[in-house]
Amino acid sequence: MSDERTLDLLEAKIQELRELNKADGLELSAEISKLERKLAQLRTELYANLGDWERVRIARNPKRPYSLDYIGEVFSGFYELHGDRLGGDDRALITGLAELDGRRVVIIAQQKGRDPAENKERYFGMVRPQGYHKAVRIMRLAERFGFPIISLIDTPGAYPGLESEEKNIGGAIASSILSMLEIEVPTIAVIIGEGGSGGAVAIGAADRLLMLENAIFSVISPEGAAAILWKSKERVKEAAVALKLTAPDLLNLGVIDEVIPEPLGGAHKDVSQVMAAFKESLVRNLADLGEKSVQELLTQRYERYRKIGRYNTLSD
Amino acid sequence: MTIFKDKQYFRVNLEKEADEALWLRCKSCGELVFKKRVRENNNICPNCGEYFFLTARERIESLIDEESFEDVSKPIVADDPLGFQDEKPYPQRLEEAQEKTGLPSAIILASASISKIPVVIGVMEFQFIGGSMGSVMGEQICHGMEEAIERRCPFVLVSSSGGARMQEGAFALLQMVKTTAVRARLAKERLPFISVMTYPTTGGVQASIASLGDIIIAEKGAMIGFAGRRVIKETIAEELPKNFQTEAFALEHGMIDRVARREELRSELAAVLGFFQEGTR
Ligand SMILES: [Zn+2]
Repeated sequence: MSDERTLDLLEAKIQELRELNKADGLELSAEISKLERKLAQLRTELYANLGDWERVRIARNPKRPYSLDYIGEVFSGFYELHGDRLGGDDRALITGLAELDGRRVVIIAQQKGRDPAENKERYFGMVRPQGYHKAVRIMRLAERFGFPIISLIDTPGAYPGLESEEKNIGGAIASSILSMLEIEVPTIAVIIGEGGSGGAVAIGAADRLLMLENAIFSVISPEGAAAILWKSKERVKEAAVALKLTAPDLLNLGVIDEVIPEPLGGAHKDVSQVMAAFKESLVRNLADLGEKSVQELLTQRYERYRKIGRYNTLSD
Repeated sequence: MTIFKDKQYFRVNLEKEADEALWLRCKSCGELVFKKRVRENNNICPNCGEYFFLTARERIESLIDEESFEDVSKPIVADDPLGFQDEKPYPQRLEEAQEKTGLPSAIILASASISKIPVVIGVMEFQFIGGSMGSVMGEQICHGMEEAIERRCPFVLVSSSGGARMQEGAFALLQMVKTTAVRARLAKERLPFISVMTYPTTGGVQASIASLGDIIIAEKGAMIGFAGRRVIKETIAEELPKNFQTEAFALEHGMIDRVARREELRSELAAVLGFFQEGTR
């Protein structure tokens, strides 16, 4: 049995040998490549058949690239725009102008914090009503000038609290969904980490819905489902499996359009690899949507969501 | 393929069941009250004024003109797309819910009239898995709005739901988008959508279709909000005020247009629908 710590230790050992090899001209190459093969094998064993709960943990791994990492790496010239114009600026949902492969786009993205201070500022990526109001304002801006919208989803869920309820978080989510559906520009949503419930759907009702391989998208957190349906917090692993919240599951179910591959062990294991795959997918999907007339776009978007769901039809 | 042993879809009619009890005990004042009198009194205790919990049948009966009910639902029943099993398999939960409520799903969809004004009306049944919105409810709501477009009449939705149906995973979640998409069509057709929020209107239902009414009326005693007390307590351990997520809280915070007492709901609906009706003035 191997776990992540074993891998980390082995990795460190290889690095140490490499440095020794370089510094002292020792002939350690054979030893190094043997260890590297061992490492690759262990990594495959550990990650190739990831359980759903392990995927949940990877999706929430704080080492994972966040929205701003993608924005900095894949887009150029990000120019952040603040404020909902109604008295608030939610730091858990950031918006701005940017270029993707030479094309002007508007970004709407959920952003988690990297440290306790930033998490306090960004509410751990949990969006409040003012965040969704800002999103709607920016959608209208994008529409006015014909800029496609790229939305990056990474939230445990909308912020649950008195402040949120007093400002009608449910109504804010509903308005944001409605705007996403009505907006007359191409829209692509990518779930890069956690796609938590209504808080994710609010900016996810797009022409294309993509998911990183280890991202999750769920009606409720496995913890919440375990508590409500199994009446036991210990049953999170079962809940994670039952909810079918992984990207491969959701691709199979026809809920999402595409899975963006990640390196073994998750996006944080090889960030440049995941950035490249992310960019390739985004550019390709955007080019594809760019060929459609507004009418086609809206009709296809409508049909996509009008038919979503599974039920049995019986004769009367 | 159907997951049920028997055909479980059937048209709903409002005929009374034969085995009804004659007397009810009021939870509030403890009095035994004559059921018929309670019915005639909008399901309000004649002794103390407490609201009795309404089934979807009772609710729709309390709102529409007598003899105007016609089930216009689609002949569909829930599937089990995830093969979901928690403490019991989802198909078993569905069968139990059908047995308990005598309904094929958690919503009744009918064409009817309110004060002679034709409407399409959907009423959720809270006792059917918490009135949760899965693929069937989402489809029926959409179908209801499309029927309203077809008939050129308003759409009324009476919500009583804890939110999205967890057992249908992402499919349930995306019913929020689906119902919103059709709601946008109804708006383009310039047909009114009156959303009535009752106890409870929460989660994915409150965060989508129920909050998108042209007019939103809450029944007194409703519970309205997105995240429940339990989630809020567990996530941020915040003290919540006494009136949290009541209809008064919703009114105070601008989430709804009006609050109506149960006995006023029908006349309020009639008045609002009358205002929107074409060619009446
Ligand atoms: Zn009483």
